[in-house]
Amino acid sequence: MTQLPNGIEVEGLVREFKGGIRAVDGIDLRVEPGEIYGFLGPNGAGKSTTVLMLTTLLPPTAGSARVAGHDIVKEGPAVRQAIGAALQEAALDGLLTGRDHMRLQTALQGVPKAERRARGDALLERVGLADAADRKVAGYSGGMKRRLDLALALVHHPRILFLDEPTTGLDPQSRSDMWQEVARLAHEDGVTVFLTTQYLEEADVLADRIAIIDQGRIVARGTPDELKAEIGRPSLEVEPAEAGSLDEVAGVLARFGLPVTARPGAVAVRLRGSVDQLPEIVRAIDAEDIVLADFRLHAPTLDDVFLAKTGRKLEGGEPAAEPEVVPA
Amino acid sequence: MRRFAQVAGAVAWRSIHNVATNPAFLLPSIIFPMFFFVAFAGGLSNVGNVPGFDFPSGYTAFQFVFVLLQASAFGGVFTGFGIAADFERGFTRRLFLAAPSRTGIIAGYALSAWARATVVGVLLFVVGLATGMQVGGDGVDIVGLILLAYLVSLAATLFAAGVAMRLRTLQAGPAMQMPVFLVLFLAPVYVPLDLLAGWVHGVATVNPFTPLIESGRDFISGSAAPAAGAFAIAVALVAAFAWWAVRGLRRAEAAG
Amino acid sequence: MIEQILEMARRSVLQTLRQPALVIPPVIFPLVMMAINTGGLDAASNLPGFPADSYLDFAIAVPFIQGSLFACVNAGSALARDVESGFMKRLAMTPMQRAALLVGHLGGVMLVALASAVIYLVVGFAVGMDFPAGALGVPAILLLALLVALAFAGLGAFVGLRSGSGEAVQGFFPLFFVLLFLSSMSLPRPLIEQDWFRFIATYNPVSYLIEGIRSFIITGWDAEALALAFGIAIVIAVGGVAAAASALRTRLVRT
Repeated sequence: MTQLPNGIEVEGLVREFKGGIRAVDGIDLRVEPGEIYGFLGPNGAGKSTTVLMLTTLLPPTAGSARVAGHDIVKEGPAVRQAIGAALQEAALDGLLTGRDHMRLQTALQGVPKAERRARGDALLERVGLADAADRKVAGYSGGMKRRLDLALALVHHPRILFLDEPTTGLDPQSRSDMWQEVARLAHEDGVTVFLTTQYLEEADVLADRIAIIDQGRIVARGTPDELKAEIGRPSLEVEPAEAGSLDEVAGVLARFGLPVTARPGAVAVRLRGSVDQLPEIVRAIDAEDIVLADFRLHAPTLDDVFLAKTGRKLEGGEPAAEPEVVPA
Repeated sequence: MRRFAQVAGAVAWRSIHNVATNPAFLLPSIIFPMFFFVAFAGGLSNVGNVPGFDFPSGYTAFQFVFVLLQASAFGGVFTGFGIAADFERGFTRRLFLAAPSRTGIIAGYALSAWARATVVGVLLFVVGLATGMQVGGDGVDIVGLILLAYLVSLAATLFAAGVAMRLRTLQAGPAMQMPVFLVLFLAPVYVPLDLLAGWVHGVATVNPFTPLIESGRDFISGSAAPAAGAFAIAVALVAAFAWWAVRGLRRAEAAG
Repeated sequence: MIEQILEMARRSVLQTLRQPALVIPPVIFPLVMMAINTGGLDAASNLPGFPADSYLDFAIAVPFIQGSLFACVNAGSALARDVESGFMKRLAMTPMQRAALLVGHLGGVMLVALASAVIYLVVGFAVGMDFPAGALGVPAILLLALLVALAFAGLGAFVGLRSGSGEAVQGFFPLFFVLLFLSSMSLPRPLIEQDWFRFIATYNPVSYLIEGIRSFIITGWDAEALALAFGIAIVIAVGGVAAAASALRTRLVRT
């Protein structure tokens, strides 16, 4: 393995639990410095177990990994010094205020005493919690807790940030705010982000590259566009306002792709090109004076990618519980 | 009246059924009185030899009465916990919607408290007799003691129900427990009234629980002391707390 | 390390102070019980062989032990909550040393126990308690009270860390409560009539803890009672804290 000072390299990582359950079954991956790497998979796929290993909180059963250039087993303290993590549970103390948490975290992380207050306040300001800083965390909303969690992970200026399902349970606005902050961290501050999620949209919007994990194994990897392109081209389904125009519509669309199954009263083709063809298709239909009732573009999603690779849908599929990490 | 009885029966059945299928619910009601009986009658038996302590049936019987009434009272408090839990879970709303007589709901809870008190009381009697407790009273006296225990159970249940209906959360626990605890213990627990010292003597003299426990001890020792006063107090307490509970019910209804 | 300990101790104290239910009952309840029992059992001081002039002098030792019981449950519950909420993982990610977590946390609990002990002493003096141990006896009785609190807190911390469940910690409360009752809490051992009860009280370490504290108030400086009390408190404290440290090692897993 070459050493990436701000990256992550994983080789054959395995984690087995009692009863022979392999929550992580030999994964390889490489995260380049400064990128946002999405780790996508359904519940119970092995995402959180992977994160626990990479953040040195769970020793692997086999395989190796280097985080920020340090071995996760042999150089645990050095790894922890270089990373920040916001894990699945917000892991906050309801009886402490936001400011109390900052004080504790900065002290434990070894931030010089003279800088603690200022750094804590700056981070609270950054995540929009300055006004709520002196309120007990028990009174924070879910979104506020996640933001505090993120701020605490940034206290010691980590080079790599692990976010384990950071927006699960958040409302759309809070989710969008979190995405903005994560993107800013990566693109402006150069922090490498390893993000696990079960939300397709999140991976699609945020991640530079994605690995899809299922039952402990990586089933696909690449950029979102690459993965979707692997599955196929987008398809277009058109419904004319008059049933009599169906053949005409079929004739026009046949110039742009191969016919596929459509709803009754509509025609569908899988496009030869990409969605860039749409204006041309619209002009062609218009040139024939055909009036449309419906015009739908179906682009492949990561769910389609998952379905193609595993035979199951990613969203709305049966959740399998990841084995609980019980101390021996 | 018929609707009242129907509702009371249904609510009582549910509570009793829950306890019967989850015996663990009954455990605290059984274990604590047993333990107190053992600790007080066993550990403090020498107190019966204190100069001036004249109780014909011995210290075990002396303590048995306190523990029996204490168990009845705390059984009522545990029932109150159950009412508070039902509010917190939203189950009371279901009862309010379905029951044609809402006061029947309170009666149902009280009946289930009586069932609990019966189980615990029988066990206590068995243990007491097995440890050689002397019973000087006859059948009528024992019935009198049992009636007193049921009245104490009812009073405590109605008190706890009133608190539960006003606060409607499990956090109400201490508000139910503490007053009952203080009333029970600011009484002749370890020694007769005339051997109590200091301010405790003063408080115990005016504590309505004191005549109840003294009558209970008269019953078990078979002394011929009149019990009408104690029963009058017990009935008055039941009436007062019944009013308290029904007012609580109205508050709960108004809160929605 | 010292700084980490202080931060963890500060957090522990804050947690307690911000939950009035954890502060008031542990201080008030033992005093109320003592007041009730003093009035209720004063007649027992007339029993031949009773070691004190008043039941108050005999009973005042009990709040110290009851207070320790609450310290035990509070210590265990707080640590169990940290495990349940995942806060333990957050701490594991920092350079904080395990020892700092335990020492700091227990230190916070000790501070609260010390405050309680001072209150019990003040109340005792206010209501006319004898204190033949004199001025030197005050720091000594506080030291013993702290050791007893540490002993119970260590056990509570062990249960909290091992189980990771607040309910399990609460479940231990009745057990310790029973231990307290089956001791020389209410009567001196020689005056316990029932053989089986006296037997249990004789082998119950809690009896000696109570008797050690009681000895400051009744006798003054009773070498045997103090040796037994300090010895047992230290043994339980060391055992409890060691067990808690071992459980923490398992909880605070990191490479």
